[in-house]
Amino acid sequence: MIDESVISRVLGAALRTGGDFAEIFAEDKRSSSALLDDGKVEELTSGRDRGAGIRVVVGETTGFAHTADLSEAGLTAAAEAAAAAARSGGGGVRTVAFERRDVPPAYRVETYPADVPKARKVELLTRADEAARAAGSAVTQVSASYGDSRRRILVANSDGLLTGDDVVRTLFTVSVVATGDTGMQTGRESVGHTVGWELFDLYDVEELARTAARRALTKLDARPAPSGEMPVVIASGGGGVLFHEACGHGLEADLVGKGASVFKGRVGEQVAAKGVTIVDDGTMAREWGNYAIDDEGHPAQRNVLIEDGVLTDYMWDLLRARKEGRASSGNGRRQSYQHLPMVRMTNTYLLAGDDDPDDIIASTDRGVYVKHLGGGQVNTATGDFVFGMTEAYLIENGEITDPIREGNLIGNGPEVLTRIDALGNDFAMGPPGTCGKDGQGVPVGDGVPTLRVSSLTVGGTAA
Amino acid sequence: MSAQPDGAELLALAERVVALAAGDEQVEAVVVRDLGTEIKVYEGEIESLSSAQSQGIGIRVIKGGRQGFAYAGTLDVDVAAETLAEARDNAGFGTVDEFAGLAEPDGVAPAELPLWSDALASFPAARKVALALELERAVRGADPRISGIESAEYVDSMSEAAIVTTTGIRAYSRDTGCYVSTYAMAEQDGEVQTGFGFSVGRDPAELDVDRAATDAAERATRMLGATKPRSERLTVVLDPWVTAQFLGILAFTLNGESVLKGRSLFADRLGEEVASPLVTLVDDPTDIRAFTATEIDGEGLATRRNVLIDGGRLERFVHNAYTARRAGTVSTGSAVRGFKSTPGVGCMATSLVPGSQGQAELVRLAGEGVLVQEVAGLHSGVNPVSGDFSTGAEGLRIRGGELAEPVREFTIASTLQKMLRDVVAVGDDLQWLPMPAAGVSVVITDVTVSGA
Repeated sequence: MIDESVISRVLGAALRTGGDFAEIFAEDKRSSSALLDDGKVEELTSGRDRGAGIRVVVGETTGFAHTADLSEAGLTAAAEAAAAAARSGGGGVRTVAFERRDVPPAYRVETYPADVPKARKVELLTRADEAARAAGSAVTQVSASYGDSRRRILVANSDGLLTGDDVVRTLFTVSVVATGDTGMQTGRESVGHTVGWELFDLYDVEELARTAARRALTKLDARPAPSGEMPVVIASGGGGVLFHEACGHGLEADLVGKGASVFKGRVGEQVAAKGVTIVDDGTMAREWGNYAIDDEGHPAQRNVLIEDGVLTDYMWDLLRARKEGRASSGNGRRQSYQHLPMVRMTNTYLLAGDDDPDDIIASTDRGVYVKHLGGGQVNTATGDFVFGMTEAYLIENGEITDPIREGNLIGNGPEVLTRIDALGNDFAMGPPGTCGKDGQGVPVGDGVPTLRVSSLTVGGTAA
Repeated sequence: MSAQPDGAELLALAERVVALAAGDEQVEAVVVRDLGTEIKVYEGEIESLSSAQSQGIGIRVIKGGRQGFAYAGTLDVDVAAETLAEARDNAGFGTVDEFAGLAEPDGVAPAELPLWSDALASFPAARKVALALELERAVRGADPRISGIESAEYVDSMSEAAIVTTTGIRAYSRDTGCYVSTYAMAEQDGEVQTGFGFSVGRDPAELDVDRAATDAAERATRMLGATKPRSERLTVVLDPWVTAQFLGILAFTLNGESVLKGRSLFADRLGEEVASPLVTLVDDPTDIRAFTATEIDGEGLATRRNVLIDGGRLERFVHNAYTARRAGTVSTGSAVRGFKSTPGVGCMATSLVPGSQGQAELVRLAGEGVLVQEVAGLHSGVNPVSGDFSTGAEGLRIRGGELAEPVREFTIASTLQKMLRDVVAVGDDLQWLPMPAAGVSVVITDVTVSGA
């Protein structure tokens, strides 16, 4: 993307007025998407984003500037702006010798989506639309969307690192509205992986459409969600977002470092029930949060955060790790070249236990069975979190009974971790997600086995 | 920023693209440039200072009733030509739609609003840093129980946009905005609570750093000792900040696209009573008090004041050119977009017409209930299609018409339809926020509070 000698001179310019560290992050991202809505293929969209972000660190201060101009002049101007922003005295000239680090791609793409004729992408949408509408006469609206992206990055820094990555992501989503006596209900299904067009060898879009339609149709007969504290059983693959919110964010070293985490200073302590092991793993080939290197050039890692209930480590980016005199854990990510990196999760999941999922439900007298969770949010300083149930059922006398309408689950991260009293043997990853933090969104994955939280507050409207 | 007041540079690029249109196609070019600064401070030092200039072009082509779109994050002329070719190619794959088409001039002149501040454009970086540092100091000094700062920042932006079409639209607008915001942490007996505060303006002189600091400190400290309330049906008083977030959801149900596509619970209810007579809801992007005020919409038409609900009666949906044509009406100047997408429809500056009582009087009126100062998970807990919602909340219990103990870790739930009817008072404390809606305190009866 950029010539090695240019990189060297630009980093030199970044450090000309002093500074402890400088970095160039260049990105070339092409994306395409297609949307079918209300029976019509509305349009195809193509996009290109290309540019570089440069940061200069002086003491505790980071200066950052970005540019869409990848010429040497454009990069040098950005480097000087970043250096001025970091504002240091100092002086002298530093030259940087690179050690090129070629990291093998995390996954070898079989068919690049850019090589697939646009008509075939459109055809997927029409097939999904027809399948969803055929699922029941109560289906009144269908929208289906297809998206792919190819993101090539280059990272070079004044420590001599020079490396890059090339990640392809492909995504397909179907949303259905069903209308009945009780009004309108919605159902959604999406799949996304860091793979190319072969995503559609793994999944049948008609099947995805039928799943989305079934979710909407089922909810037409749903009862209002109950309210109050009760046991909650989360289905395999359907609730990893709970752990992303309930503890993942609180284990990010930038928040811990500012004292804005309930988990600060608790490494080595029992913070979850015995048997609970939580991992953040950027190396899971094909999963949505997967990559070969993070956006600071550090290889992705599998990091055990909580092992058998004991807090083992936080997640780290380069600057926070450097301050603590340790290595990054490969969790430095950014939305684009226009953003500074920060500590972010990859694929976060809870390992399976030994329980039979059927036994977990049978041994629950009254509660809620959550097949699928929507998005969530956490206040890391207090640990309080909330997230929406998009598909859920009542459990009565040890059996799954009526579907219930949308409601939220609300709880406190550390408390929930200690209240996990059953872990199934049926681990599965969930749908692709986008994690928002400080205004930046990045792709993430999550996974769980069937599990039970002995007590959680369900926020519905029924008494 | 190199922006000329008349936007000649951006308009010229858009015109060059549109000039390449073939005789049988409509072409629209949107060119955007934004220059911004973001300064974060921590413990008396600059943590980061980012200066960001972003720009891009979005091109829409309509040919034979089919639409295609492409964008690129650069103002390079050659790339713009490639982008047009890509948009043209994409247009071959859409479904033929008789209503497809660009906006056309409708004779409404854009309001001339003072949205640009030269004072911001020339405000030195050192003084921006000083504002952020002053904010952090003020938060730490506001209360001895403040134990830390999660964030303290100064952010500004200077944006300009030009839109040119083959249908005769040629529009340009620019605006500036800035804000300071902070998240404070308060600690007592090992318990931590958080609170935020902010202040927004078009130029730095309008920022009230002390107010941002005291709001953050008060919101954090007053939650210390909070407990989980028991589950019951109660009257709630929504803080302006919370009301504004609900208005954002409500606005979605009143946009022409949701209505036409059968995704709005108000689709067939134009002219009906849908809310308490106390509810008058207006979307007015020409109100300069709105942080999101703008002279032109995403298709280059003049923005205008639209009354959506008048005294409880549903009066109007908002439309862009496409949804208006399909619904047999005219655009309300409500196209919303960035350069990376085609125009959607949306409200840009929604507010409730305020009442005459302050929040303290509303609390007295509520008698028994909860003042909700913050909601969480609204994006996942509300279904704007069915109207069902459930959201995490925290705030203060109201007892005997007075604010009492803090409560947290509970949810409030109802439906949007019912909530609109259950409004029993609207406050006088209208507050414009860094979002497309203003807030005001509102009293709503019969909301399900789920706690212990």
